[in-house]
Amino acid sequence: MNNISVQKLKEKAIEMRQTAITMIHKAQSGHPGGSLSAADIMTALYFKEMKVDPENPNWEDRDRFVLSKGHVCPIQYAALALKGFVPYETIYTLREYGSPFQGHPDMKKCPGIDISTGSLGQGLSCGVGMAIAGKRDGKDYRVFSLIGDGECQEGQIWEAAQTAVKYQLDNLAVFVDNNRLQIDGFCDEIMPLQDLENKFAAFGFETKRIDGHSMEQIVETLDEIRDVKNGRPKCIVLDTVKGKGVSYMEDIADWHGVAPNNEEYQQAMAELAGGLK
Amino acid sequence: MSILEKDLTVKKATRQGFGDEIVEIGKENKDVYVIDVDIAKSCKTTDFIKELPNQHINVGIAEQNAAGLAAGLATTGKIPFVSTYAVFGSLRMAEQIRQEICYPNLNVKIACSHGGLTPANDGGSHQAIEDMGVLRSIPNMTVIMGADYYSTRKLVRQAAEIYGPVYLRFTRDTVPMIYGEDEEFTIGKAKKIKDGKDLAIIANGDTVHLAIQATKQLENEGISVKLLDMHTIKPIDREAVVECLGIGKIITVEDHNILNGLGSAVCEVVAEEGNGIVRRIGVQDQFGQSAPYEKLLELNGITVENIVSTAKNLVK
Ligand SMILES: Cc1ncc(C[n+]2csc(CCOP(=O)(O)OP(=O)(O)O)c2C)c(N)n1
Ligand SMILES: [Mg+2]
Repeated sequence: MNNISVQKLKEKAIEMRQTAITMIHKAQSGHPGGSLSAADIMTALYFKEMKVDPENPNWEDRDRFVLSKGHVCPIQYAALALKGFVPYETIYTLREYGSPFQGHPDMKKCPGIDISTGSLGQGLSCGVGMAIAGKRDGKDYRVFSLIGDGECQEGQIWEAAQTAVKYQLDNLAVFVDNNRLQIDGFCDEIMPLQDLENKFAAFGFETKRIDGHSMEQIVETLDEIRDVKNGRPKCIVLDTVKGKGVSYMEDIADWHGVAPNNEEYQQAMAELAGGLK
Repeated sequence: MSILEKDLTVKKATRQGFGDEIVEIGKENKDVYVIDVDIAKSCKTTDFIKELPNQHINVGIAEQNAAGLAAGLATTGKIPFVSTYAVFGSLRMAEQIRQEICYPNLNVKIACSHGGLTPANDGGSHQAIEDMGVLRSIPNMTVIMGADYYSTRKLVRQAAEIYGPVYLRFTRDTVPMIYGEDEEFTIGKAKKIKDGKDLAIIANGDTVHLAIQATKQLENEGISVKLLDMHTIKPIDREAVVECLGIGKIITVEDHNILNGLGSAVCEVVAEEGNGIVRRIGVQDQFGQSAPYEKLLELNGITVENIVSTAKNLVK
């Protein structure tokens, strides 16, 4: 855990968003909507909570991070670049031939990626495996995973959830980016998820639901769960807005997987410079 | 006009061919259903949704559920098309396809965009290079990839008309329009684009236009090429392959792993039916990565130049 103020984290979260949008704009390809909704939790995890070492990305005792909704990797790449896992200038190679920044996270190509993802529903199981290994090996690292709300429609998420409870993985924290949108539209129309917090609670998780864009609430929650060794995995449902921080992207399904053009990019950067509304 | 003289700069994605044809089929036959899995826009089924909402189901991001649900629909006489990306439609749903669709031989069609290396910048995770091979190994399954927009439309229509499981694979990206609107195609019958006597090239899907360009070059250099579009790799058109054995020299070209796809299917026939030598051009048993589509093809030697030089080596 790093000592960093909420104010500093908020500033970082803006830089994270700008970096991710710049990558996507340069590549003219990638997923802005879900990158922006995840920006605040990703900032808090990478800049405050997680025990990781950019100089030694494969350090055995590091905390692990699993981006189960792998399509929003630009926001993870932003964290890795800003932390110094990779030189910042390399962000301009997103999705290019030979880049560490593949269209979806590739652990063989990019330092700091703990598992390759991209096919929804599969990542959380990998996180469960890492957490079980941590317990068996008597290590005190923790495992963090970010999943999408749409992603929770995959049955495998629930297979992973029941396993996390069986193996008493209090070293696992799952964050749901509850931005209420998937590709074809609002989750409520495509395939209603009902109350995700209650669902995880029914599976045996310790749960909490917070505003996923309130750095105060995020930090408070991370503080609360940090040392709770009660044999139960944690699930935090983050109420978020897809596209958060760029007005024309907010709550619009079509910004799921489309890059901004030059004009849109300029506007996005200018709006972000003004901070979150 | 011969196909070899076609202007290959006019292009359309074959996923669009599926999207356009399935609306027509759905209007004619109320039993035809589309099952979407939250990627309707990129699979081009949005017109179907708009025009035929009662024949549409969106199960969200739940491919295995979609496959099983389609099997259930098929038991009541419906003709469901499950529409997704090739990597999910072949592998994520593989066991459901085997147990609930192919084992009971139900009338379910799996229609997949993003075949082969075409989802290029999405990276290796999204490039389906083994899908046709996997599905070719399951009894009762028919496996098809059309070469262009119109042939895809024709093959989709026939897939709806024949009974039994069919896997259809489309391109994400645009590919040249090779055939006219009235050209006819039959599932399981190779399309002979050109006859020849020195060498046979058998291609399918998004590599057929490369094979056409290579054929033109070779013909210009005095090498006579027989060119087949093998849109159906299962059942493979044995007769058409056997006819190539008269020439004895065959090149296969595919946007798929060289293991277990078109090249393998052709080799099986060649080995069983007579003497011949086959050179397989395709994905070199390696995963893809993020890069321009043409670059990915080049990294695997799926290029006009490589077809031409392989051909020259073979006939010399
Ligand atoms: C197994 C699988 N099916 C489909 C896709 C295509 N896909 C990519 S993102 C996405 C929607 C994800 O929605 P959600 O989980 O809510 O993520 P977010 O809203 O945060 O972008 C889909 C269907 C995929 N990557 N993997
Ligand atoms: Mg979502």
